[in-house]
Amino acid sequence: MKKRIMKINLSAFIVPVMSVIIALLIASVVILLIGKNPLIAYYEMLKGAFGSSQDFINTIVKTTPLILTGLAVGFGFRAGVFNIGAEGQMSMGALFATIAGMNLGGFPPYIAIPITILSGMLMGALWASIAGFLKARTGAHEVITTIMLNWISYYLGNYMVAGPLSVGSGTPKSPEIAASAKLPVIIKSQSIELTPGIFIAILMAIVIYVLLEKTSTGYEIKAVGFNPYAAEYGGISIAKNVVLAMAISGALAGLAGALEVMGLHYRYLGTLTSGKGFDGISISLIGQNHPIGIIFAALLIGSLRTGSNAMQFAGIPKHIVMIIQGIVIFLVAADRIVKTILTYRKKHKAGVEK
Amino acid sequence: MTWIISILNIFTNPLFYKITLTAATPFIFAALGGVFSEITGVVNIALEGIMLLGAFVSIVFTYLTGSPWIGVLMAMISGLGMAWLHAWASIKWYGNQIVSGTALILLAQGLTGFLMEPIFGKPGQTDFIGRIKDIKIPFVKNIPFVGEIIGELNPLVFIAIGLVFFSWWFLYKTTMGLRMRAVGENPEAADTLGINVYKIRYFGVLMSGILASLGGAFLSVGELGQFKELMTGGRGFIALAAMILGNWNPIGAFWACLLFGAAEAMNNQLQSSPILQISASTKPLFNMLPFIVTIIVVSGFIGRTRAPAADGVPYIKD
Repeated sequence: MKKRIMKINLSAFIVPVMSVIIALLIASVVILLIGKNPLIAYYEMLKGAFGSSQDFINTIVKTTPLILTGLAVGFGFRAGVFNIGAEGQMSMGALFATIAGMNLGGFPPYIAIPITILSGMLMGALWASIAGFLKARTGAHEVITTIMLNWISYYLGNYMVAGPLSVGSGTPKSPEIAASAKLPVIIKSQSIELTPGIFIAILMAIVIYVLLEKTSTGYEIKAVGFNPYAAEYGGISIAKNVVLAMAISGALAGLAGALEVMGLHYRYLGTLTSGKGFDGISISLIGQNHPIGIIFAALLIGSLRTGSNAMQFAGIPKHIVMIIQGIVIFLVAADRIVKTILTYRKKHKAGVEK
Repeated sequence: MTWIISILNIFTNPLFYKITLTAATPFIFAALGGVFSEITGVVNIALEGIMLLGAFVSIVFTYLTGSPWIGVLMAMISGLGMAWLHAWASIKWYGNQIVSGTALILLAQGLTGFLMEPIFGKPGQTDFIGRIKDIKIPFVKNIPFVGEIIGELNPLVFIAIGLVFFSWWFLYKTTMGLRMRAVGENPEAADTLGINVYKIRYFGVLMSGILASLGGAFLSVGELGQFKELMTGGRGFIALAAMILGNWNPIGAFWACLLFGAAEAMNNQLQSSPILQISASTKPLFNMLPFIVTIIVVSGFIGRTRAPAADGVPYIKD
């Protein structure tokens, strides 16, 4: 029995790792096609992500929101909803955290910080609940509604920084949040600052793990995700759990937005999310929808993102990261491809040994 | 009051209907693609990515050869390639169709962004490369009102409308169409009758790739004559919504596409209305219009439409 469990865990670990390796190999062909050396490219990438303490802190900073958007999407998957709208929920969370943070100047940090965080989470939850509600009530597929909500939040954010919240000239942006709503800096390396945001993100991963594995709410949510009709037959409400699952998922994405505001930009910008919500999809899939797996997957994508900036100096467009992610997700979607490659190798080996 | 007047002005202006038609064209191509794929039981949310790659490839080959039609042809081939990947993952390997579709969207966004600099020397967007010329219809052009709408349009608009009727005929009046629908409704039964479920599904998905890539090509070489990063802007998903609203039927999807096209045209016309004088900072609010309409329509009409019974379910032959 114990051996079987070990085996399952191993395959859950091997498929994503193999997928990443295959994706890196295919991407190196793409790099070769534009006449660059993939080895130099990946070396630059690695150096850019971990080469100095400053780079390392930068990678951690980039990883923080990714853990949360990864958890958002992964939690959705466990509940049977494909929340492709983490991008919009993160943006709405950031927007409302900014509005809250701007107006909390008169309060000490121990009040201003929690309220700002909660405003972001609440708005993310509300925004995602729209899709959850529509799915439960009318059956509208969440993939379509969340994509539409992404665009609506994108334009709403653009409107806010161009109109009501607009400040200064140049890039449209909101005013800064109050000093008391900013997260304290724990380590500073030149211009890069590390805040406790990363610990909040890791804490959330643990909270989600406990929620899913150790509580009855988590059990109900998973039951609906696994087989909605059977769950309903067992007395679990599909509608309630779909809305709840979307709300929790959205709250996580909203928290990602709030932390970006409170620990990095200190204001709302139209470019604040820039694909971090979509990264959540790859991260949750690479992490096999497991909260702890998601932390490592987020670190992987976070370091690819930091590293890709360094790669750009070597003349390789940073879009290579999206290509890598696309291939990884493709291989995770059709995980039988990777499993077949693995078992073929095993069979082959066995044959040779004979 | 000024609002009512300006909306009335828009509705009585033939330009609104012309923009509706051109705005609906990419939706029509992609929604037809969606119908071809889903009617055989394969969900294809990769439409967005297929369109984006199609828009890019058509501009690249217009740039290289000087002929936008060669661009369109190559776009179709790129669509075929993307669709083949989706079919391979979801039919051969029983992969999760939505996840595979998401992967292909990312791949298309990554590839098009990645290749901008090596090919055009700068990121973001290309210069004007070239576009397919509009055609003037000699007599129709002189009819008042109607002539102003359809008298001078891009040939791809007419091709899209032609394909609507062709698709309807193909799916509902030919043996192949019947087989496709059978496979989408009940693959086991179709298999028992000797229909090759896998082949039919491959055909449906590959067709969807060709059709959706035409929608992308229309955006670049049909309309703008240039490529911009992420220029499809969610249109592939709106097309999926149109397909649902149109009850997985080409004619129904066509009407839904016109509705979404009208939302885009209304947004466009409101923003440029001389009476309303919309300021630059409020324009983003208007850009939400097509997306809000899509959400309302999808939530309002679902339940009244019905997806093919085996839509999204991999067929695993014992």
